[in-house]
Amino acid sequence: MFTFLLSRLLSVLIVLFGVSTLVFLLIHIVPGDPIQAMLGENATATDQTALRIALGLDQPLWQQWGHYLTNMLQGHLGYSLYSKEPVLDLLLNRIPATALLAGAGLAVAVALAIPLGSLAAVRRDTVWDYGAMTFAMLGVSIPNFLMGPLLILCFSLWLGWLPVSGSDSATALILPAITLGTALAAILSRMVRSTLLDVLHEDYIRTAYAKGLNPRQVIWRHALRNAALPIITILGLQLGTLLAGAVITEMVFSWPGLGQLTIEAIKRRDYPVVQGCVLLISFTYVVVNAGTDLVYAWLDPRVHYHD
Amino acid sequence: MIKLIAWRIGFAGCVLLLWFGLAISAPWLPLQPTEIHLSAILQPPSWQSILGYDDLGRLLLDRLIMGATTSFFVAIAVIVVSLSLGTFIGLVSAWLGGWVDLIVVRIIDIFLAFPGLLLAIALAGLLGPGIENVVIALSVVGWVGFARLARAQTLSLKRREHVLAAQAMGASSGRILLRHVLPLLTTPLLIEATFGIASIVIAEAGLSFLGLGVQPPAASWGSMIRDGTSYLLVAPHMVLAPGLALLLVVLAVNMLGDQLRDRLDVRQV
Repeated sequence: MFTFLLSRLLSVLIVLFGVSTLVFLLIHIVPGDPIQAMLGENATATDQTALRIALGLDQPLWQQWGHYLTNMLQGHLGYSLYSKEPVLDLLLNRIPATALLAGAGLAVAVALAIPLGSLAAVRRDTVWDYGAMTFAMLGVSIPNFLMGPLLILCFSLWLGWLPVSGSDSATALILPAITLGTALAAILSRMVRSTLLDVLHEDYIRTAYAKGLNPRQVIWRHALRNAALPIITILGLQLGTLLAGAVITEMVFSWPGLGQLTIEAIKRRDYPVVQGCVLLISFTYVVVNAGTDLVYAWLDPRVHYHD
Repeated sequence: MIKLIAWRIGFAGCVLLLWFGLAISAPWLPLQPTEIHLSAILQPPSWQSILGYDDLGRLLLDRLIMGATTSFFVAIAVIVVSLSLGTFIGLVSAWLGGWVDLIVVRIIDIFLAFPGLLLAIALAGLLGPGIENVVIALSVVGWVGFARLARAQTLSLKRREHVLAAQAMGASSGRILLRHVLPLLTTPLLIEATFGIASIVIAEAGLSFLGLGVQPPAASWGSMIRDGTSYLLVAPHMVLAPGLALLLVVLAVNMLGDQLRDRLDVRQV
């Protein structure tokens, strides 16, 4: 187990190193001179040189890379070109909103997927199954930026139940969470269905039924618990899609999170902030995935790792 | 059950044929996607104009067809680039093994560590708007999945008897990969590519929705939806028409992928 932990940690560190390098290189793929793009056409040569030196862009690439990595390790992500604030502060300000949205989206997904997937598996090849799987098909196919406006049209504009956008009240979270959670709910309910179908054939399920437990208990206590592993794996793997989806969902609902910050920074050509956002979201994703692996090993004593 | 499947294939086929047909024939259709009718701004669908007009008084149907062209050609271009690049990298990496393979696996891991759409958003944003940059950004993200699949499949095929036999007969590596390995990869790659098209269509529309994709006056379903969100209450058709088109195409492609996967019985390695 210890060697397993160590090898996981090592490969996570290698991936994080690679991710930071790629994010560092992002700014250098900008066609033309990034300084010119940042300052616009009318900037004087003095201003350009000043910014170039301030950002360290006058140094050789490998030196900039070294500075970037050492600064990052010390928590310095540079300063916003727009507001002059430290990038780290900007990110920290936005984290709670995105975490809340992602958590709520995840909750919506799980709350929808487990009953739907179970229903589809238990009533296999019935109307319930087809209904649930049609929902899943629609859910995978409808993008956030369509789902969001449709929900706004229905529940905010026509029915007037919920606010159109913003994050002032608790009710403002409902529509963004549903928008973000639907796609994951769809993928997850398929997964719940197929793993439950596998589990339902097992001997212990037959035993549970045979000793007279009611079906609800059999599903909750015996079947779903054994189907939990693949479901948790899928949740970990899909978190990246969820976080990327949050970028678009935040734009639809003017939700003041990391996604909105990312897009605003892209439009303002505020490169340090763009780098910071991409770095933070990717790091979160990598760490959660590694965490999923550990949870997996912890939940299932049969899983042994030999590395 | 059989009926349901037949119905699904029929539906998917019709939608995809329509998408393909409109995208290909758009240049020869009498369309006026940029023509402005000031007296018809935001007009809802009617007998004279099937889908109504948008906020600038342009015919929505014509713009919808232009959007079909955009999404179709972006999808094809990205699939062609990322499928061939990914397959090549995966094949060669698995075949050569050793340090080449180690490096390729690390690179794949790093790319997979980014949420795909996020990397595409950042790339498209930094490269600047425009259809070519959308294709570049989505290809940079897209090749990874194909490379991983091709690599995994090649690793297991490498030790198959027919490959060993070909090696024993003195066939060159290139010939073995092309004639004895690649043909066995086509099915899983085809299925991956089908689902890939669905996510590319969504991603292209997503980038355009964020204003990072196709620029006006060119049309994309994503930018049409974005324009429509400002007029949701007065002109819901501006969101509903491109939204429904997008949903139908993605749904059809996903259904096709599901059917292919079920029928071709891919044994995952």
